Amino acid sequence: MENKEKILEVKDLRVSFNTYAGEVRAVRGVDFDLHQGETLCFVGESGCGKTVTSKAILRLLQPPFATIKEGSQILFRGEDVLQMDKKRLRNYRGNDVSMIFQDPMTSLNPTMTCGKQIMESLLLHKNMTKAQAREEAIHTLELVKIPDAAKRMDDYPHQMSGGMRQRVMIAIALSCSPHILIADEPTTALDVTIQAQIIDLLRELRDQLNTAIILVTHDLGVVANFADRIQVMYAGQVIERGSVREIFYEAKHPYTWALLSSVPTLDKSNKQELYTLKGTPPDLILPLEHCPFAARCEYCMPICKETMPPETVLSDTHKVSCWLQHPNAPKVQSYYDRKAAE
Amino acid sequence: MEMDKIPSEKFQIIGADEAKADAIARPRVSYLQDVWRRFRQNKMALIALIILTILIVMVLIGPAISGYEFEEVDKTARNMGPSASHWFGTDKLGRDLFARVWQGGRVSILIGLVGALVSAVIGCLYGGIAAYFGGIVDDVMMRILEVIISIPYLIVVILLSVVLESKSVGTLILAMTIAGWCQTARLVRGQMLSLKSQEYVLAAQALGVSPWRIILKHMLPNTLSVILVSVTFDIPNYIFSEAFLSYVGLGIQPPNTSWGALCSMAQTTFTFYPYQLFFPALMIALTMLSFTLLGDGLRDALDPRLRK
Amino acid sequence: MSEQHLIEVKNLCKYFPAGKKRTLKAVDNVSLFIRPGETLGLVGESGCGKTTCGRTILKLYNQTSGQIFFEGKEISHLKGKELLQFKKNAQMIFQDPYSSLDPRMTIAEIIAEGMTVHMHLSDKEKQERVSELLATVGLTEDYANRFAHELSGGQRQRIGIARALAVEPKFIVCDEPISALDVSIQAQIVNLLIKLQHDKNLTYLFISHDLSMVRHISDRVGIMYLGSLVELGTSQQIFGQALHPYTKALISAIPEADPDSEKTRQRVKLEGEVPSPINPPPGCRFRPRCPYATEQCAQEMPALEEVEPGRFVACHFWRDIAKA
Repeated sequence: MENKEKILEVKDLRVSFNTYAGEVRAVRGVDFDLHQGETLCFVGESGCGKTVTSKAILRLLQPPFATIKEGSQILFRGEDVLQMDKKRLRNYRGNDVSMIFQDPMTSLNPTMTCGKQIMESLLLHKNMTKAQAREEAIHTLELVKIPDAAKRMDDYPHQMSGGMRQRVMIAIALSCSPHILIADEPTTALDVTIQAQIIDLLRELRDQLNTAIILVTHDLGVVANFADRIQVMYAGQVIERGSVREIFYEAKHPYTWALLSSVPTLDKSNKQELYTLKGTPPDLILPLEHCPFAARCEYCMPICKETMPPETVLSDTHKVSCWLQHPNAPKVQSYYDRKAAE
Repeated sequence: MEMDKIPSEKFQIIGADEAKADAIARPRVSYLQDVWRRFRQNKMALIALIILTILIVMVLIGPAISGYEFEEVDKTARNMGPSASHWFGTDKLGRDLFARVWQGGRVSILIGLVGALVSAVIGCLYGGIAAYFGGIVDDVMMRILEVIISIPYLIVVILLSVVLESKSVGTLILAMTIAGWCQTARLVRGQMLSLKSQEYVLAAQALGVSPWRIILKHMLPNTLSVILVSVTFDIPNYIFSEAFLSYVGLGIQPPNTSWGALCSMAQTTFTFYPYQLFFPALMIALTMLSFTLLGDGLRDALDPRLRK
Repeated sequence: MSEQHLIEVKNLCKYFPAGKKRTLKAVDNVSLFIRPGETLGLVGESGCGKTTCGRTILKLYNQTSGQIFFEGKEISHLKGKELLQFKKNAQMIFQDPYSSLDPRMTIAEIIAEGMTVHMHLSDKEKQERVSELLATVGLTEDYANRFAHELSGGQRQRIGIARALAVEPKFIVCDEPISALDVSIQAQIVNLLIKLQHDKNLTYLFISHDLSMVRHISDRVGIMYLGSLVELGTSQQIFGQALHPYTKALISAIPEADPDSEKTRQRVKLEGEVPSPINPPPGCRFRPRCPYATEQCAQEMPALEEVEPGRFVACHFWRDIAKA
């Protein structure tokens, strides 16, 4: 992974929304790198800032309602995305980075055939003739494994099923062979059997096209077989990050444990009480000068309610922000201990 | 960060604080507060609201402060321009125009308000019933509505004034609302049809709530914003229709007057006494513009999609 | 026999007109029963008719044909008071926590609505009961005067549960109550439902597309595909040894939070998608996607066959598949 080119660098990203009740600080200092061909997953509950972060990368947030704070940096191959002019930005979206959304129904234009929608971005970014664009669009549809691609070109979105529509979305996103594909909960609106198909498709496309993928999801189960690195987000911050193995087998943050426990498994007995994470994430309108997870954490200590925990470095890739890592903190029963005891 | 200096009692596990974990941080904002907050941001709408308030106050007190009766004829002061004694001048019978403009405003605005309200009420009920019961009921009701819409309202007005042998304000309102509610009914039906598939309506049905209660308690309150906006856009339409009818002589009859009637009177001598036309025309324009701007502002403020 | 069944459904069909003399067979010949105090899980992909089935059982839709019995009594022709009584006994929890609560009502008004219809309580009694119900679903009284948009998804879903509980029902149809929620919140709701069932002896029809959660809450599970039941049995039977190829595929599609076992795991992969219920394929509905399909499957539709007491499957070749 290390020898691959670093194509995206995000430093101290802060995003705020201005609402009637005050400033909602949705993203509070997120940094990460993305290398070519790798898959990075943002995992967290709704409202943790994972979608806002991914939209900020594409500069899709609407000012003045949403503002990216001074000091935030988003570098695409060293070029500052926040400084791009309109023309460069248009090219950057679609050609360099593209995005697929959760709901394939509302993100496709219902009055345009699927083929036209794919051709649209090709014509915009690639200087192709119509015939070339059509050829290329059919090719892309074949790439995302839509049967009868040439015939399906002239279908409208409503004539397709949810899984098909999501494939068309992926085809549109990939049509200009971007370096980065951001997938925001691409499988949440789909059925389980289709979910597996879409994840398989994304994995194949990543390996085939060497595209870097940022996958945003609330379900750790989905990413086990797909992600290279995972960052767990809570209340606009990254609270733990690491490689897939580090997050699944060596996680250190109680919140990551909670997320791991809440993925239902098939080995538990019937009607057994499921592990629950109590309460709801904090309202991001609050300043939160201590650990944001403190109120819901079963290992909460007085220090957690006073000061923000520092980021502890456990390995090159594995970092965690939790007071339990402090040398004075007691040893606690981790998720793995508990699982082993069962 | 002086990590080592943190006392060890800070590292005792106290566990989750459940009450805090589910607390709501934001202050409560009622729906109306929220609407008012958003409405205030629209400067044009705010100005329109102020102008309308002034107009309505003047309409209420104007005739009294002029010092003249609106039908008081003074043959010594015919066709006088605006002056200290007659602020807006006088007409060809020497009647004080200041008093007449505000008196006419009473009639015009009354027609606008009553007309819009009547059509809102009828439209809501009609549209609501059609949408809630759907199917054949909806089909029949909508066909009837289309027939009513297709009748030109000028014919209705003329027929009614002939049949009822009166040209009173009441007849005028009746004639205009007889077809005027149709647009509102369509609007309400459309909105309610989309509400009908909302799960909270289904939930109410599952609870055994009666159809009437569902329409009144769930569907109407959620349509109210649409209705309110349509009423504000309807008012200037009614005012203008009245002005138009009075202008062509089918509306308000002397000695009573309205803005349209005043314009109609003034237009024959318009080249000699332009002020006689100017003041009532200005009032019509101001009122219509203000109501339209107010409607725009209300629509933005009430739209739940903009709610954040 | 039907004495011990709280709900019994016989040959239930619900067709919708789909224009041009075509019909959409949303629910086609479904028979099932639910015993008092048990949970029947109903699983299937979107468009398989599970939601329609639940809504028809609650008489939110009128069935096209078939019978529904509640406590041994046919309910299809109920009217007036008797229908109201049935609605008090049978309630529903909805999928979308955002659209299932009226945005113009306070939480207290939403919860109290059913009481107004079914119970004659004074305002004070209502208020007390609302607080009581809020406590039951794990929320404080502070929520009573809030509006739905101020709450998070999980909190709203708890309000939906409180609304259903307000009329003290015996039977609740849970229509995908967790699928719109975060995984971390889903367990909260499932645990709450299990606890309530225990405390109040409730009977559930739990509709979901997520097999893993259904397993935790259900005593018995029914699998639906394109309007028909393809397999029905106890939780242990279905998850221990699924007989129908579709059930097998569904179970193997459940993601696991374990990268190592995910890598080695054998999946029954399903190609294609659910066909439209307007033009279902002749013969077995699952045939176009089934890895075991033969000519016979194209010709005749397999009937739901009782393979052992209480265990049903609709497949011509379940024996062969079980052996392989």
